Amino acid sequence: MNDNTGWWARLRRTGIFWPLVALSLVFLFNLIFSPQFFRLEIKDGHLFGSLVDVLNRGSPLMLVAIGMTAVIATAGVDLSVGAVIAISAATVTVLIGSVTGESQTPMWIAILAALGASLLAGAWNGLLVSRARIQPMVATLVLMVAGRGIAQLITNGQIITIYYEPFFFIGGGYLLGLPFPVFIVAGVFAFAWFMTRRTAIGLFIESVGTNASSSFHSGINEKNIKLVIYAFCGLCAGFAGLIISSNLKSADANNAGLQIELDGILAVVIGGTLMSGGRFSLAGSILGALLVQSVSTTIYSLGVPPEVVQVVKAVVVLTVVLLYSDVVKNGLDKLSQRQGVPS
Amino acid sequence: MKRSWSIDRKFWPLLITVSLFVLLYIYGIIQYRGFSSPQVFFNLLVDNAFLMITSIGMTFVILSGGIDLSVGAVIAFTGVLSAWLLNHFGLSPAIVIPLMLLMGVVFGATMGAIIEFFKVQPFIVTLAGMFFARGMSFVISTQAQTISDPFYRTIGLYRIHLWGKSFISANVVIVAIVLIAAIYLAHFTRFGRTVYAIGGNEQSALLMGLPVRRTKILIYTLNGFCSTLAGVVFSIYMLSGHGLYVSGLELDAIASVVIGGTQLTGGVGYVIGTVFGVLIQGLIQTIIMFQGTLSSWWTKIAVGALTLIFIGVQSIIYSSKRKRMASAQRVATATTTAPAAPATAGD
Amino acid sequence: MQTNELLVMQGIHKTFPGVHALAAVDFTLRAGEIHALMGENGAGKSTLIKVLTGVEHHDAGHILLNGSEINAKSPHHAQSLGISTVYQEVNLCTNLSVAENILLGREPRRAGSIDWGAMNARARELLTWLDVDVDVRRSVGEYPVAVQQMVAISRALDIDAKVLILDEPTSSLTTLETEKLFAVLRRLKEQGIGIIFITHFLNQVYAVADRITVLRNGKLVGTYDAKALPRYQLVELMIGRELEELEDLGGLKKHFEPAPGQAPVLEAKNLGQVGTLEPLNIKLYAGEVLGMAGLLGSGRTETANLLFGVDDADSGTLAVGGKVEPNPGPLASIQRGLGYCPEDRKADGVVGALTVRENIVLALQASRGWFNYLDPRKQTEIANKMIQMLQISTPGPEQLMKNLSGGNQQKVILARWLATEPDVLILDEPTRGIDVGTKAEIQKLVLSLANEGKGCIFISSELDEVLRTSHRVMIMRDRKLVAELQGEDMNEQSIMEAIAGTGVSTEDTAAAAPQHAVAAGSAR
Ligand SMILES: Nc1ncnc2c1ncn2[C@@H]1O[C@H](COP(=O)(O)OP(=O)(O)OP(=O)(O)O)[C@@H](O)[C@H]1O
Ligand SMILES: [Mg+2]
Repeated sequence: MNDNTGWWARLRRTGIFWPLVALSLVFLFNLIFSPQFFRLEIKDGHLFGSLVDVLNRGSPLMLVAIGMTAVIATAGVDLSVGAVIAISAATVTVLIGSVTGESQTPMWIAILAALGASLLAGAWNGLLVSRARIQPMVATLVLMVAGRGIAQLITNGQIITIYYEPFFFIGGGYLLGLPFPVFIVAGVFAFAWFMTRRTAIGLFIESVGTNASSSFHSGINEKNIKLVIYAFCGLCAGFAGLIISSNLKSADANNAGLQIELDGILAVVIGGTLMSGGRFSLAGSILGALLVQSVSTTIYSLGVPPEVVQVVKAVVVLTVVLLYSDVVKNGLDKLSQRQGVPS
Repeated sequence: MKRSWSIDRKFWPLLITVSLFVLLYIYGIIQYRGFSSPQVFFNLLVDNAFLMITSIGMTFVILSGGIDLSVGAVIAFTGVLSAWLLNHFGLSPAIVIPLMLLMGVVFGATMGAIIEFFKVQPFIVTLAGMFFARGMSFVISTQAQTISDPFYRTIGLYRIHLWGKSFISANVVIVAIVLIAAIYLAHFTRFGRTVYAIGGNEQSALLMGLPVRRTKILIYTLNGFCSTLAGVVFSIYMLSGHGLYVSGLELDAIASVVIGGTQLTGGVGYVIGTVFGVLIQGLIQTIIMFQGTLSSWWTKIAVGALTLIFIGVQSIIYSSKRKRMASAQRVATATTTAPAAPATAGD
Repeated sequence: MQTNELLVMQGIHKTFPGVHALAAVDFTLRAGEIHALMGENGAGKSTLIKVLTGVEHHDAGHILLNGSEINAKSPHHAQSLGISTVYQEVNLCTNLSVAENILLGREPRRAGSIDWGAMNARARELLTWLDVDVDVRRSVGEYPVAVQQMVAISRALDIDAKVLILDEPTSSLTTLETEKLFAVLRRLKEQGIGIIFITHFLNQVYAVADRITVLRNGKLVGTYDAKALPRYQLVELMIGRELEELEDLGGLKKHFEPAPGQAPVLEAKNLGQVGTLEPLNIKLYAGEVLGMAGLLGSGRTETANLLFGVDDADSGTLAVGGKVEPNPGPLASIQRGLGYCPEDRKADGVVGALTVRENIVLALQASRGWFNYLDPRKQTEIANKMIQMLQISTPGPEQLMKNLSGGNQQKVILARWLATEPDVLILDEPTRGIDVGTKAEIQKLVLSLANEGKGCIFISSELDEVLRTSHRVMIMRDRKLVAELQGEDMNEQSIMEAIAGTGVSTEDTAAAAPQHAVAAGSAR
């Protein structure tokens, strides 16, 4: 009611305020308990340190989060991203093959094939959701279960290890001092941001996610929007699969990207996008993914036994999500009004 | 003229689930020798008892339009914790089992309260619950622990002989009791009907003055109870506990509920359908086992494909039902009303 | 005077982000009276009810029931305090049976378990009060909105209440059904129950209300004895303007005759869909308003859906501007110059989580395609223009659609179509749940659009409205086009006759209706 124009008020109204707060809390924790978290070094012209690590390790999750954001905004969800990662990893490694120092197929063809397979897998989800009108959670559950089976078919049930240097650059290379995966994330993010904020697609996604029937009556091709979005989400998972397989120098159909769908959804929700669809924030999801990754990195760097990681993650998730809840937000609003915090 | 049709329609998804089960069963009998032994069927019950219990609990959650991802982890945690309490402290099962069930109630109620009071999506809260329960299992022990308690062993190995050579385990009896209680709860109590109402339209249920908050918390409490009960049944069945057990079980439970004809959006479905949902999944595994040469990943593909086929059929039914309903509505309105000419200030 | 004050609300304040929905509103309800709450769209009527019943919580003020302060935390709590409510939009669980929807939470029980037989019997009994004959075991979603509204009312009537609140309960009811409701209300009033009644239909107010409280812009205008407040004065109090301005359509409605050789802008030939609509022919000329009358479910909405391509026709052709296109779909329809305000605003029109601006540009943007994005500045410009033109009451174009009152949402949807600058606008019940002032504005708007050379199809259940705005009227009955009237032949009597079937006078229709209702009930 009172002046709504201060920078603080404006920041608070943007979608990324709360994810920023949450991420700052984790950083603050590190600042107090493990300051070495913030140390950055330059070795051989490459940047090293926990922060860089978070960016590097977190890139598959960030990619998944970007795709997942769009899907969730259409009031859907994609549980199959982990399986799609396995398919992408399986495809690219099988095509490159396990001969030392060479690739059986030109690398760019192998990469395109992996991305193509992922796009196809995503489109399949999209068809089920948009044309067959199957509830997204069920439709993608199908591929989540069957997808790993398919990946195993591709690798013939084996863990394929590759020995082809150029491919390792995707997951382990450096460009301008930064890990290469960061550039992949940046590219995909820029693309997604442009498509959703500089074309009408973003508006249509939010509209379809809020009320599909109203959107249809207003002339929006709700089916095609969903199809494209699921396909895009598959593609994002495909990129993540490339990074993961290049990092591990192998493809393990059973474990590649295991449970990443849960972390992805988590990142999106932490980023402020509602699971019921509608409004979404890509930047928020990126922050969410970084948060999830920083928590893991922090825990490891503190030397906490790995078993406890999940417990800590549970506590962090809960704290963050409670921070967001309307109950707490309204309480804070009242508080800041009463105290006359610059609003 | 349409009467007989439409009454059946409500039960169609259920009928399809049941017929699918029967068809698969007949297929098994025709294809594989030994499949016709009654014990094949009873083994389905014996091996899936814990999944049935947790899926029944999940049915209530899904009927209300929610979801609970924590069940698998809670089952594993129950196993680990009871093994630990039994082995290291020599506690009596008479204390451990009620304690486990109480823990489930508290765990479920806590998640329900967070969902309700802080208005956080169930997906996220129960995901945190899942991380928590899994993590705690490993905190207690990273290794598998064998349960040597005599009571557990006796119950676990006890066989209730039916006719011929076939038998069931004590766990199956527990399932039967849970099933009957669940059906009663769903159809003959205010709690059950409120669950359906919330799943149909939560906002309406609230405005109709139903105790939505209390009911939602109770639903998660009930499911917490069911998953620890399933955990107890599972530890009796396995006679050991480990944090890695039943990973991904929550998805099996959800799949069972969905294959059983319950809509994930809530409000429509039956508890008995869920039981058949579990049986169908078990049957597929059995068939692949009998087949012998197929690798295990084919199970995944088969379950996936089957879920798909089933859901496809179901969605066709629902969409044609909607269409039919719309036209019924037209017929009804065309005859109910007399001309409406309420005048306003305009005249 | 003071003795029988059942409910007292004092100095109620309620603000929503950017909206002062209630400012220092006082309201008293006496035992044994029917008290009408009146005001324009967005005046704060529903909000007052929501505050009273615990859906929303007031920021300041006191509520006294029988002299003691209450503060309902939830509708559940309000009910236990003796306040029973029918909310504005029909709120039922369509997956459950009629009986359950009436008795949920109060099911008759035997030995702790629900007694389904007794429940169905009780529900049947309650519905006979209102003369509704339906199978109470069928799910409520299978019945039309009118029946659903009756079910919601029955539910409220069954609750043993001291205060009964009805927020626009009659918006989908017929005169006859409304009469029955009123009879029941009068009976309850005799029993000493206090009733709050909200409606936009003035006749109904004068038919039942003892006192009238008027709200405007969230402020109390006053409370009056119904007998002592003439109609025109009530309207003036509500809108805060002189009535004359409204009454006058500004000579907008002129006689319409297509120019010789003028081709129709929209022409349907044998357009139909098996089972929903018998093939019909429609010709609409630029500059003409074509009214469409008929009962709910007579095929009006189905016709509109076929014209706009929401449903695909399986016979006939539809030409717009002389061009035929098979199965166009909404997008293609927009691109060929059609616009369509659907009947069910909440389900098919409103996109609640988006802003007013986004809602307004939605159809326009859809017609431009995915990549031809309207500059946000341009969007705001369009939105502001529309907000001004239609006098949409909102703090600004960035307000969320779901925070607007029902009537203002309707205006936004109208704006959505005006923004596409259509040649033909199809309006299905555009004034339902809309206050008198806005209603007149929309009627004027339709006529001025026609004067600008656009074609309009105007569907409405209110005959006088159809008569006021249309140049020609099509009458639908039983999913068939049964008559087309214009000029001298177009009057209330002739339309009624056509709706009811030839030769039946109005009274007969009313008398015959209960049998129809029985027939409907047995069509299960
Ligand atoms: N949840 C909400 N958030 C923000 N604003 C709201 C909310 N609910 C209502 N409002 C605003 O409060 C004002 C009063 O709305 P209310 O629904 O009470 O009007 P009403 O008198 O019932 O109108 P109608 O006749 O159209 O139903 C409107 O300006 C509306 O936009
Ligand atoms: Mg209202």
